[in-house]
Amino acid sequence: MREFFEKLSRIDRRIIYLTVFLATAIPILTKITMKIEPLPEVVKAYNYIESLPESTIVMVSIDYDAASMPELQPMLETFLHHAFRKNLKVIMLGHWPLGLPLGQQALEDLAKKYNKVYGVDYVFLGYRPGVAAVIINMGKEIRNVFSTDYKYTPIDSLPLMRRVKNYKDIKLLFGLEAGAVGDSWIQYGYARYGLPIILGTTAVMTPDYYPYLQANQVISVIGGLRGAADYETLVGIKGQASIGMLPQSVIHLVIIAFIIIGNIGFLVLRRTKK
Amino acid sequence: MSNIIWTWIAAFFTLAILSFLYKDNPFYKFAEHVYVGSSAAFMVLYVWVFDAYPKLVIGFTEKVGVQRYLLIIPLILSLFILLRFIKPLSWLSRWPIAFTVGMAAGLGITGLTQGFLVPQVQASILPLFVKGSTAGETILYTFNNWIIVLGTIFTILYFYFSREHKGILGVSSKVGITILMITFGASFGYTIMARISLLIGRIYFLLHNWLKLV
Repeated sequence: MREFFEKLSRIDRRIIYLTVFLATAIPILTKITMKIEPLPEVVKAYNYIESLPESTIVMVSIDYDAASMPELQPMLETFLHHAFRKNLKVIMLGHWPLGLPLGQQALEDLAKKYNKVYGVDYVFLGYRPGVAAVIINMGKEIRNVFSTDYKYTPIDSLPLMRRVKNYKDIKLLFGLEAGAVGDSWIQYGYARYGLPIILGTTAVMTPDYYPYLQANQVISVIGGLRGAADYETLVGIKGQASIGMLPQSVIHLVIIAFIIIGNIGFLVLRRTKK
Repeated sequence: MSNIIWTWIAAFFTLAILSFLYKDNPFYKFAEHVYVGSSAAFMVLYVWVFDAYPKLVIGFTEKVGVQRYLLIIPLILSLFILLRFIKPLSWLSRWPIAFTVGMAAGLGITGLTQGFLVPQVQASILPLFVKGSTAGETILYTFNNWIIVLGTIFTILYFYFSREHKGILGVSSKVGITILMITFGASFGYTIMARISLLIGRIYFLLHNWLKLV
């Protein structure tokens, strides 16, 4: 027993990496998907978006980059499917320059798929630095910050933007958050101007945003790959997040097994040392 | 065709970064340098294209009167920042820094008070008995509120250091630290989930987009 655990404690870390790799790759290769029961907060987010009437203007904020793409890109794509199916008007901007091309790509691909017209059904504003100042100024007059879209087209020449003066004309902000920009949206967008917010967050950020949910400062929080998979299920899409649920569960079981074995080994070795 | 080339490049960089798990190697170093360099260049381009050029250059050509000349102030402050590299004039860089810090502190204080502190305190003042539509709901809602109220009080008590943690204060602070540990545990669990999600994303890319096995 002691020898076994001693051997185990000296195991090459690369064997653990290999195990985790196999525990990820094999479930993906099997293509098996799990039955997903959406969490109540994701259902709440879905129901809110469902309740928005046709032609309502919604805003999407791209506050992530490639490092968070596996979790947040499926959320963005599902939201765009949802919004375009319901004929909502989408305005996209962002506070993370490195992530904006990801948002733009998804927006253009899905707009094409749903035959949406630029300037009428959707607009891409782009980036302005200075998170808090940008959010506050847009609450007063969006033209103070974005007088043009990303191609320097004056926004008043776009029919959709002629309907927008400030947050009063926007019925939802869907923020995709890999950092602290979500705090600014809540602290300035919601607290100062009453902007309704749904946040899609990386799993790392999710616990930080639950207090806002408990205080009803946000409509809902969609957290991590699990939240993305829930949202895909509700919208009726079998996307990357849903495919990721089986490997996610398998790896969690592997990690739990490692933790249990490690702790048993630690206790056995400590006892035998005494 | 270009899609295939970019997929192969992305696959190469993914494998190069993951190769660090075996051991440090030139492929990893190359990928790391390319990533840092391209990110920095991209960021500079974005700031120029989306900020400096439209706001400053186009602004200066399109605006008239006082508004036009007001743009000289941010331009001068921006140049002052660069004076940090010229020793005799480096003190001038403190002006834009002072402006930025002052603005950030002002925004931060109002934002945190209005958008975090007050609403969070309000959300912690909850009734200790909540009537639901069923007995089960009543118990659930009431229990939930008790956890939030007592959890908040006990956690705050843990950070009360003006008295020795003995007696009731000792017990309360122990409950407080237990609640903190549960919170950290939940955060850690979510962190694991996030890292695994990233790994799933990369492996899915390799198997689906690159190797076309899925």
